Amino acid sequence: MTQSRLSYLQAFPLFAIMLVFLVIPTVMIVAVSFWDYNAFSIIPDFIWDNYDFLLTSPVTWQAYGTTFFYALTSWALTLVIGFTAAYYMAFHLRTTKAQTICFLLATIPFLTSNIIRMISWIPLLGRNGLVNQALLSMGLIDNPLEFLLYSDFSVILAFVHLYTLFMVVPIFNSMMRIDRKLVEAAIDAGASPLQVLTQVIIPLSKSGITIGTIFVFTLVMGDFITVRLMSGGLSASVGVLIYNEITLLQYPAAAAGAVTLLLTVLMMLAILFRFANIREDL
Amino acid sequence: MVKETKKDGKMSRRSFLGKAAVATAAVAAAPVITGFPTVWAQNIKNIKLRQFGTGTASVNAIAEKVKADLGFTIEMTALDSDAVVQRAVTQPKSYDIADIEYWVCKKVYPSGVIQPMDTSKIKLYDKISPLFKTGQLTPGADIAQGTAPHTVGFVEKKADTAFAKRETQWMTLIPTIYNADTLGIRPDLVGRPITNWRDIMDPAFKGKTSILNIPSIGIMDAAMICESMGVIKYGDKGNMTRDEIDKTIEVLKKAKKDGQFRAFWKSFDESVNLMSSGEVVIQSMWSPAVAAVRAKGIPCKYQPLEEGYRAWGGGLGIARHLSGLELDAAYEYFNWYISGWAGAYLNRQGYYSAAPSTSKQYMSENEWNYWMEGKAATADIVSPEGVTMEKKGAIRDGGSYDERMGHVACWNSVMDENKYMIRKWNEFIAS
Repeated sequence: MTQSRLSYLQAFPLFAIMLVFLVIPTVMIVAVSFWDYNAFSIIPDFIWDNYDFLLTSPVTWQAYGTTFFYALTSWALTLVIGFTAAYYMAFHLRTTKAQTICFLLATIPFLTSNIIRMISWIPLLGRNGLVNQALLSMGLIDNPLEFLLYSDFSVILAFVHLYTLFMVVPIFNSMMRIDRKLVEAAIDAGASPLQVLTQVIIPLSKSGITIGTIFVFTLVMGDFITVRLMSGGLSASVGVLIYNEITLLQYPAAAAGAVTLLLTVLMMLAILFRFANIREDL
Repeated sequence: MVKETKKDGKMSRRSFLGKAAVATAAVAAAPVITGFPTVWAQNIKNIKLRQFGTGTASVNAIAEKVKADLGFTIEMTALDSDAVVQRAVTQPKSYDIADIEYWVCKKVYPSGVIQPMDTSKIKLYDKISPLFKTGQLTPGADIAQGTAPHTVGFVEKKADTAFAKRETQWMTLIPTIYNADTLGIRPDLVGRPITNWRDIMDPAFKGKTSILNIPSIGIMDAAMICESMGVIKYGDKGNMTRDEIDKTIEVLKKAKKDGQFRAFWKSFDESVNLMSSGEVVIQSMWSPAVAAVRAKGIPCKYQPLEEGYRAWGGGLGIARHLSGLELDAAYEYFNWYISGWAGAYLNRQGYYSAAPSTSKQYMSENEWNYWMEGKAATADIVSPEGVTMEKKGAIRDGGSYDERMGHVACWNSVMDENKYMIRKWNEFIAS
């Protein structure tokens, strides 16, 4: 067997899996998004109605607005927190052992499920929750803080809590590859700590930051359960709208929503990939 | 997203033998007691019927009692209301018996996944409440708005997928359970008497109210509220025009913008948590959820309101694919269901039995008087699980069966403008 045939054979299992579990379902979703439907069945057809309604409805734009707001805010916060944590682990912890321990500690919360970690915030943040009780008993506030739960605040808090690690890991990974001699050289050349950070470390961690950004963005954009639970059902992201449509058997409308969301995320990824050479960094 | 699956565990050999003996005894006693198996005693124990539905009626206690009384197995799966519709329509082969609500039936039945049943095979058919046959609790009573069970209860012929206008020989669902819903309140926190649906919009409760986010039910609660506020007069709350839907959603949107609501709930547990944690003090709620809050030692009242109740009913339907022995077993199961034990069980949970008179013999006088007659309890009222629900002297919220079911303003429904309504509801949630 020739070399090239052998390589095709090696790639085939993954190709088959992707074809069956990704490509075909996606094609089906695209097809269904043009179908018609009524209360209890979907009707094979080719209509623009689903997209027409979706793209002209103010609800969609509002939901996209909310979704981008959540995505950008969560991204900015996870980036600052994740970068700081990764920087500490990569440059301040001297031994590999300390780094490993620190890294494992960061991953421990991931032994419980996403949803459990999320809903455990609810008794903490509620009107009569632990935070309000503590603040009241310390005399810092007179009335319970209402914005702590069922608000944008609680949604973003949950996102940051859930997804910061997705920022830490790739940034830490790319920081570990930075040649320490470059930092020394910068210091020798008279660079201030801030200059070292902005002109050496950040540019060299760029690919890690980009990968982390991709993780956080795609996770937040597609999320519906965090938004529904933490906002108490008061806010709707694009994911929540799609989820609502699915539970109400409006599959074609949900498919149209999903295709639009997919295209949006793909466009964002296309932009982000210009900042990093993924193949080189993974 | 709350999905729970309840399944019968495997039985030990000893308990199986015990139950088989009971089943055999039951077969022997068949001519005397109605509702027990009459034939096929030999292979009956191999039969397993897969039933799914909302958590309200799909309870293991009933499955266990069926096993003991009839000998075959009912495997129960509990899902939330939306998931029930989805499963019923999209996976008809995955169940044998569908425990669905009447308003859902209007969506599910036309898709042809449920076969109607022959009422001549239902031995206690005449004991079933007239609410399910004519829509009237007593002759001459008003028929409530919405999808009243009798409007989707029958078809003309076995093969039909369109509903009949009157009582026929072919019933779509065998009614099992129903109730009249109203608002739940925290009497210790509201600080004043609650008498009307509009009270949920009182600015005094700003940020402390909730309604449920299941559009078909939520819109009905909203309609009760709007009508009570005097801002909209509906032709039929259960079948609104586009204009009425628009107006209703506007009222909701405005209330949401003004911060009237604390949250919207979708599952039973969410409503219990909102109420027991004190996040809300007045919200739309289901009767057993009120009981669940009270069981935690927190005061909670199922408040009867001047405008009346919003009712719902559920029943069991047979999957189209069921035939032969399994179909016979299904009929046997339905006959058993309305023969009293199950009805008494449901009555004790605060719901109503489809054949109230048969369940009387399975309840103590005190229980019957408390749950059905609206009289003060002469002894503690104990739940089917053995938990004390009410102390001696307590009177049921809303009074007797006739008082409650006689004051139904509308039934949960599916409107002709369902698609439009759901779009508008999504708009409200996203606003």
